[in-house]
Amino acid sequence: MLEGLYIGVSSAFSLTNIMMVVGGCLIGTFIGMLPGLGPMSIIAIMIPVAITIGDPSSALILLAGVYYGAIFGGSTSSILINAPGIASTVATSFDGYPLARQGKAGKALTIAAIASFTGGTVGAILLMIFAPALASVALIFHSAEYFALMVLGLSAIAAFAGTGNVAKAVMMTILGLVIATVGEGALFNAPRFTMGIMDLQSGIGFITLAMAMFALPEALYLVMDPNRSKTGDGGSGKITNLRITRQEAKEITPVIGRQSIQGFLIGVLPGAGATIASFLGYAVERNLAKKEDQEKFGKGSVKGLAAPEAANNAAGTGSFVPLLTLGIPGSGTTAILLGALIALNVSPGPRLMIDEPQIFWAVIISMYIGNVVLLILNLPLIPYIAKILAVPRNYLIPFIIFFTMMGAYIGQNNATELLILTGLGVIATILRLADYPLAPLLIGFILGPMLENNFARSMQLYDGIGFIVERPMTLGLLAIAVLLIFLPSYRARRARLRAEGVADSD
Amino acid sequence: MINIPLMRTTAVAALAVAASFGMATSAFAQSEPVVDSIHFLIPGGAGGGWDGTARGTGEALTESGLVGTASYENMSGGGGGRALGYIIENAESNHGTLMVSSTPIIIRSLTGIFPQNFRDLTLVAGTIGDYAALVVADDSDIQGMPDLISAFEADSSAVSVGGGSVPGGMDHLVAAMVMQAGGIDPLEVSYVPYDAGGEALAGLLSGEIDVLSTGFSEAVELARAGEVRIIGITADERVDGFDDAPTMVEQGLDTTFVNWRGFFGPPGLPEETLAAYQEVLAQMYDTEEWEEVRQRNGWVNIHNSGADFQTFLENQEQEIGDLMRTLGFL
Repeated sequence: MLEGLYIGVSSAFSLTNIMMVVGGCLIGTFIGMLPGLGPMSIIAIMIPVAITIGDPSSALILLAGVYYGAIFGGSTSSILINAPGIASTVATSFDGYPLARQGKAGKALTIAAIASFTGGTVGAILLMIFAPALASVALIFHSAEYFALMVLGLSAIAAFAGTGNVAKAVMMTILGLVIATVGEGALFNAPRFTMGIMDLQSGIGFITLAMAMFALPEALYLVMDPNRSKTGDGGSGKITNLRITRQEAKEITPVIGRQSIQGFLIGVLPGAGATIASFLGYAVERNLAKKEDQEKFGKGSVKGLAAPEAANNAAGTGSFVPLLTLGIPGSGTTAILLGALIALNVSPGPRLMIDEPQIFWAVIISMYIGNVVLLILNLPLIPYIAKILAVPRNYLIPFIIFFTMMGAYIGQNNATELLILTGLGVIATILRLADYPLAPLLIGFILGPMLENNFARSMQLYDGIGFIVERPMTLGLLAIAVLLIFLPSYRARRARLRAEGVADSD
Repeated sequence: MINIPLMRTTAVAALAVAASFGMATSAFAQSEPVVDSIHFLIPGGAGGGWDGTARGTGEALTESGLVGTASYENMSGGGGGRALGYIIENAESNHGTLMVSSTPIIIRSLTGIFPQNFRDLTLVAGTIGDYAALVVADDSDIQGMPDLISAFEADSSAVSVGGGSVPGGMDHLVAAMVMQAGGIDPLEVSYVPYDAGGEALAGLLSGEIDVLSTGFSEAVELARAGEVRIIGITADERVDGFDDAPTMVEQGLDTTFVNWRGFFGPPGLPEETLAAYQEVLAQMYDTEEWEEVRQRNGWVNIHNSGADFQTFLENQEQEIGDLMRTLGFL
């Protein structure tokens, strides 16, 4: 472990990788601030850039930087203009925006930055402790256990449904699994569902699909939005005093401490993610607060601001645990990161830590750097960065479409990808209009081949499906999967009862 | 998905700039490049094995001054079929183009996935290659090929061989070929396919499979890391730099196999143009620039030019074809 740590430190502190962190955080902060553009869209747009870099550690560091940058940026727009850029900072606006209206925008931003920094850093420390332990257990995994693991990953979709519409999430997962079967499978010597089209022989490209599901609909949505050309409410003039009092610091310290740990643990659970963590964090802290403090919640409580900020950042880091150790995505965002890893020829899973320690550790170490970078970005520079909120959103449309098209094309130099992209993008937009969650589709698409191949391999090795009962670990994992399908609906219900807001997936 | 040991990469991105073509074959002055420019057509995305071969070769050729400029074009689709069709259909305008290819072109032409085969192209040269290897986990009881063969003879269902290619793909064929040479019915070999070499290795180390069929260069890396032992390689003789690895031949199994990579021109390429290409590729082996590229990538020089290349490919086609028929893939 120490050796890996050493490799990670030296890799993360290389000039390239520091540039990746800084660049990723900057881009993430900027775009995360823009209402409507969530981390998934931002990461989808950034994937071709990351892949062009070629080196998996640098690419993942860049994308991870974008991810937590987006969470940070989202809180800025939540506080300043009450328009959360992303779902996981909705809870931030509950108390952040009232604070800003009271003329305490600077204070609110400081609290948010400190809470986020602590949440992210504590998350990174916990990740460093948790991940190796999980990974070493997984070394004894056979195909049967991998199959069960994929089922476990898919069970996360129950949590994605969030508001209780499990049926839609399941349908989207199945659609994702179906799309994944197009092309030549890794285990079978024949193309499937290509309809004789040569360009479909290698299947639908992950980048194309990710762009079509998240980035393109974003642009099309903006086109349909009548308020798109409205100039944003900059609000930068209001940011004056960034200082917080000793009393306030004393108030938020235990809140941040608790929520950093709770947020991380929620983030580790597949499907939960930063959004649920932030709502739960807010709800828990309100319940724990003294009576007179409780009444301040929703009216500009510093605790109510610190709680979701610490929780969502810690959860963002926590969601890297299943990604880096087991190769299963706990959220839509990590699903995109997983796809990017596969595109970079890295086999995610328990062996990642052993085979590619430099990737594993460099990403973790870069999280510390990223948190420091974000603290610097968010404290002294925030009044200037916030000016981006004044940019009319219709300028975003060509920007998104350009990067989407280019991203799908450059990897393959194949114009057919553009047709596939556009077709799928239109379908995705319609699905979104009909309120179908798209993250489960992507998760199904990514996990589908692994699910199928490991299942087929186990069938071959055990001459049937006997492996499910013959291997206790497989049975155990499948049992947990069943549990996970029911647990989140219970959890979501509780969260819904406690907080007014309703969680969307992140 | 193409699955061969050196090429398990999925497509990745880079912007290939199509440059101007143009051939000059007359300039042989010392400081002048032998060939003005070469446009490399890469049938897969950036970052794969084909991509690395074309770009590495282009780098050595241009930096050594043998070729003036090199440009690269990634044309993925159909597991290489799109580029193959393209260079054949647009032969006239592609006299300045070399397409990189490798063993799968033979396999995929045999199975009919590609309607064309290597005879539809102008054979320039095979430039590099990799042998195949069978490896076992470091703590395995199997010490060499004779152990493996006798284990098979005792109970063929108790020994499973895995690899990173589809059934009927290269890793499977190599395993079947070797076992056949040891008197085992290749149909008895239980081949377990994995999505990629890394996963197959995980399968070997976790004890899911007993033997892993993979590329030699990959096997060497794993053996050096102490994770596996090489029990046989498909070279004629032991390879310099890693002579611990016994050949199949010395263990009484008369099998050799090379996973080659090389370059093809469009059909109807003029004689003198072809000769110039073959000339620069032959001269390339003596340059320091090539040596640097080769070492960086761990490639083995296996040079077959012109008629030799043709004989080599025909032999390989025959051998693989026979085996695939035996295994029921054709």
